[in-house]
Amino acid sequence: MSAVMISKKAASRRWEKLPGKNTFCCDGRVMMARQKGVFYLTLFLIVGTCALFFAFECPYLALHLSPAIPVFAILLFLFVMAMLLRTSFSDPGVLPRALPEEATFIEMEIEAANANVPAGQRPPPRIRNVQINSQIVKLKYCYTCKIFRPPRASHCSICDNCVDRFDHHCPWVGNCVGKRNYRYFYLFTLSLSLLTIYIFAFDIVHVVLRSVDSGFVNTLKETPGTVLEVLVCFFTLWSVVGLTGFHTYLISLNQTTNEDIKGSWSGKNRVQNPYSHKNIIKNCCEVLCGPAYPSVLDRRGLMVEELPTSASLDGPTASSSSSKNSIAAAQSTKTTAPLIPNEHTPEDVKPGIAASLEKSHTSEEERMPTPLNTPCKSPTQDRGPSSPKEKVQKL
Amino acid sequence: MTIYIVNIFLFLFKSIDEYRNENPNPVFFLNSLLQTHSLQDLRQQAAIASKVFVQRDYTSGTICKFQTKFPTELETRIDKQQFEETIQTLNNLYAEAEKLGGKSYLEGCLACLTAYTIFLCMETHYEKVLKNIAKYIQEQNEKVYAPLGLLLTDPIERGLRVVEITIFEDRSIGSR
Repeated sequence: MSAVMISKKAASRRWEKLPGKNTFCCDGRVMMARQKGVFYLTLFLIVGTCALFFAFECPYLALHLSPAIPVFAILLFLFVMAMLLRTSFSDPGVLPRALPEEATFIEMEIEAANANVPAGQRPPPRIRNVQINSQIVKLKYCYTCKIFRPPRASHCSICDNCVDRFDHHCPWVGNCVGKRNYRYFYLFTLSLSLLTIYIFAFDIVHVVLRSVDSGFVNTLKETPGTVLEVLVCFFTLWSVVGLTGFHTYLISLNQTTNEDIKGSWSGKNRVQNPYSHKNIIKNCCEVLCGPAYPSVLDRRGLMVEELPTSASLDGPTASSSSSKNSIAAAQSTKTTAPLIPNEHTPEDVKPGIAASLEKSHTSEEERMPTPLNTPCKSPTQDRGPSSPKEKVQKL
Repeated sequence: MTIYIVNIFLFLFKSIDEYRNENPNPVFFLNSLLQTHSLQDLRQQAAIASKVFVQRDYTSGTICKFQTKFPTELETRIDKQQFEETIQTLNNLYAEAEKLGGKSYLEGCLACLTAYTIFLCMETHYEKVLKNIAKYIQEQNEKVYAPLGLLLTDPIERGLRVVEITIFEDRSIGSR
């Protein structure tokens, strides 16, 4: 009851209750990882280098060579920035965690599958084999998200989310790179390497042209920015061009960095990449020009409409399941623990574990008004968050 | 000069974003609109007996496809053919959304030329199909599933992982 009353006060959007370690800006429109230091460094390097280029070289080059040079540089710079921001600010393809009922359903399926394991023996690892294009692929169970991860998905430890078609977590763009932003990431690296080459080349042209007029040493004294630019460009050039080449190779084989590092389709055991079309052009088209997948998070959806129904939906199921068997109840409570925002999880869960089950009923009502509890939860869900150890003992 | 350009750029980004703000995520919005009216009675009156989750079928890759295997829990409630037809229609709609071909390549390339800013003011093909799916599920719920004491949930609300079917207690059938 108290849950419903609180929920009516808070007209919150869904991004506020998402459990991963993300930061959100602009009321949920922008989604990034928590650590953004390196992202600011990337921004600073790109904007700084381009500012120097526009300040020192462009006026001279526009006068002496062609006005098209700065125009093209501006276009390229804008494209790079658009791709960078698009990669950083978008949802990489985060898979939402299972709601308590779905998690209970999956748990029961696992229990049913493990029914013939003798008591006292350790249950087998939670793996589901599926056949994809006549190739067996293992789906691993994610203990944080309470789901069997779809093929190609992986859990990002930095953002604490399962990400579909997970490529890697890129600190330079301050976000995971996954199904939804891989093409932006690739276009970012591609355009950035073009921009770096462009600036580097015209820096040298600029120095050469000026050296003819006034000598090499004087030129360096006149335009100190050029020296800095050449240094920055020289060092970024190799890494960025190398990265672009690597990703071009991956795209042509329809692989992810994650799969490449793990050697999933390295040819051992005759396992081949079941997602590849065996055609370089088709692979490129799929990755770069395929359909744009929508975000499944609904970050900007309002929570308040859902709440009365969800509270009334949760009530009967949770109570009936707890009366049926304690296992199901323990599972449904267990699943709610990760739903609490992660930064609070350790402090918030510990007292729940310490408290005995009898006490937990009162402690739950005390904790209810705190903003840590998501309003959508029914009172039963908060009852004594049992640790995985407790659950094993019960079984 | 550069700062000026960056400012213009940021302003552009912001204003387009604000335009989008006016109609936040059409599919989810449509879902909440559709479900609040006619199915509210069912949701509030009847108690839930259980829920069934139709899992994804990965046999043909990572495209969105659901298993057409008939869950045993639904045997007493709904005709097997009817259920399979619903799931098959959903699968066909998702297949249409994720189809690779000239049309999707054209959309991708055109969007790339505009640095994907066009997506800020234009719906993608996928989003259009998702709207159709929301409509289809609403229609199926009203015509077929709600009278039988069942309720389909749009897969997009469950991260395209499952089709959730809520089974309500029998008394909802008796009253009808």
